[in-house]
Amino acid sequence: MTTIKERSEFILRTPAVGPAIALVVAVVVFSVTTDTFLNVDNLSLVVQQSLVIGTLALGQTLVILTSGIDLANAAIAVFATLLTAKLTLESGMPGIAALLIGIVVAAGIGAVTGGIVTGFRLPPFIVTLGMLTIVTAVSRIYASGQSFPVDDDTLGFLGQKQYLFGQIEVTYGMVLMLVMYIGFWYALTRTAWGKHVYAVGNDPEAARLSGIHVRRSLLGVYVVAGVIYGIAAWQALGRVPNADPNAFQLGNLDSITAVVIGGTSLFGGRGSVIGTLVGALIVAVLRSGLTQAGIDNLYQDVATGVLVIAAVAVDRFSRGRQR
Amino acid sequence: MGRRGLAIIAAGLLAFVASGCTSQKTGSGGQPADGGRIKVGLVTKTDSNPYFVALRDSAKAEAGKAGAELIALAGKFDGDNEGQVAAIENLVQQGAKTIMITPSNSTGVLGAIKNARDRGVLVIALDTETDPKQAVDATFASDNTEAGRMQGTYVKAALGSKAPKVIMLDGTPGSTVSEQRHNGFLQGVGLKDGDAAIVGVEATNGEQNKAQTATENLLQRDATLTAVYTLNEPAARGAYVALQAKGIATQVVIGSIDGSCQGVKDVKEGKVVATVMQFPKKMAAQGVQAAVEFGKSGKKPSGFVNTGVTVITDKPVSGLRSQDTSWGLQNCWG
Repeated sequence: MTTIKERSEFILRTPAVGPAIALVVAVVVFSVTTDTFLNVDNLSLVVQQSLVIGTLALGQTLVILTSGIDLANAAIAVFATLLTAKLTLESGMPGIAALLIGIVVAAGIGAVTGGIVTGFRLPPFIVTLGMLTIVTAVSRIYASGQSFPVDDDTLGFLGQKQYLFGQIEVTYGMVLMLVMYIGFWYALTRTAWGKHVYAVGNDPEAARLSGIHVRRSLLGVYVVAGVIYGIAAWQALGRVPNADPNAFQLGNLDSITAVVIGGTSLFGGRGSVIGTLVGALIVAVLRSGLTQAGIDNLYQDVATGVLVIAAVAVDRFSRGRQR
Repeated sequence: MGRRGLAIIAAGLLAFVASGCTSQKTGSGGQPADGGRIKVGLVTKTDSNPYFVALRDSAKAEAGKAGAELIALAGKFDGDNEGQVAAIENLVQQGAKTIMITPSNSTGVLGAIKNARDRGVLVIALDTETDPKQAVDATFASDNTEAGRMQGTYVKAALGSKAPKVIMLDGTPGSTVSEQRHNGFLQGVGLKDGDAAIVGVEATNGEQNKAQTATENLLQRDATLTAVYTLNEPAARGAYVALQAKGIATQVVIGSIDGSCQGVKDVKEGKVVATVMQFPKKMAAQGVQAAVEFGKSGKKPSGFVNTGVTVITDKPVSGLRSQDTSWGLQNCWG
């Protein structure tokens, strides 16, 4: 038996090398096989296309690191878009205030989820499945069969484009996602909070014995994830300035896909947010590249599914070898 | 080593998929040397719904005739605005001169459409209008309100002296098409939302399974209905199965909209009394023709081009023009 400390040292040193290589290979393959993939415009678009799922996947990573799973994340984000849009449209609230309310409510839903998971010791899979059903229904009730086009500079801010060197299209959303990932990479690898998250995911009992407040840490993770989902709602409005109760029906699974391809273990306690960022980019690159290569959407889904299973198999295999 | 293993597997997979690319391609060869072929993009709501499959196949056939290349993409589910936006972006990247789209949401993809048009791409809405209509260059569609109204008019005439007592099976909450058909039906049958004659309204997402469940539940509430409004033919089939189980299918007038070959067969077999046929093949073909014309001469289509709807029934009623099911089977889609 290694000590918690040694084990966590090893885990924190595990970089997202595998997924990164896969991403580079994917980019190279599509650059060679199509003549429309490799250009500045398209690469910028690929990143823009990954923003919403990429942000949802960041929150999902935190939950999965604690050996949980969050099936409600996209539903929470969709509810936040509806709330934000309706507050600005119907109450004439300034965008920034509506946005903050959306984020606070998303965090509140996270707190409820986390409270139930830790308070009653229920499996996160079941709790978030219930939450997914509830939040989706509440969204539809709240939207009463409508969707809400928003036209507000603050709400659409993340979709605004700037040009670097006159030609590289960069949106504020891209910058924000990058900043968030770097921030969380730092928090997870360089702070006590991050070490606690890993420890709780690895072995809650050992974490408790080494003096970590397991429940408090867990609850905190769900609240932080909720905040991230609120920000994902902002990203979504930047991409599509329309709050639609039917949007992102598969966002929860898409975000899990990104996390898994990024090399984070569903058994908890192993993985990295940088891996998830790479995973989200791989999914977007695959979709874009295969589209440009003229492959049917459905074959793209087959490729993505195979990749997910392969990634988990690799994770399982490498775990087995260590024990 | 897990990491290296993952990298190798991922690389192998990607190589495999990418090599599949070149052999999987339909239409033109792998490397378009821009040999003057006009590229036409098509973005449908989904690629699983038979209606959109028919629309896509017709567009492919028409493009083949004209020597144009059709690139067909789709959202993942009805309401996948983000997926449709990504599809439009990808088509612009691939150099499509025209993009035809059946928008999932009448306002959800306006930004992406505007970006495409700013780059000189002709954008045509098929089947579903955008809001505002001027967001696209032209729209080739049926009037969904008109389709609903025809179903309502037929049901009213078929009921004759019987008072209407209706259940309404709608589509996806918030879908433009669903609302237009719903409101059209009410106009045609002469009722308003909230009237006592409406026993219940349920969202079925246009799925047979959900429609059957909804009808079963509504029948529990009140089994003395005289008519069923359905947004599409799968919903009509679901309603029929539920009514059949109660043994009252023959006493109830089930109306529908779509005009799929299966739907026309249902009318022929007497399961559904009448359906209102739309012509997705016509929409797609006219869209492709406009795209090819634009590619050749730069002439853009404009405005709303109504591709029409036709009532299909073997029990015609006075005051409403209709065609019988043999005509229907010749003109159906799917």
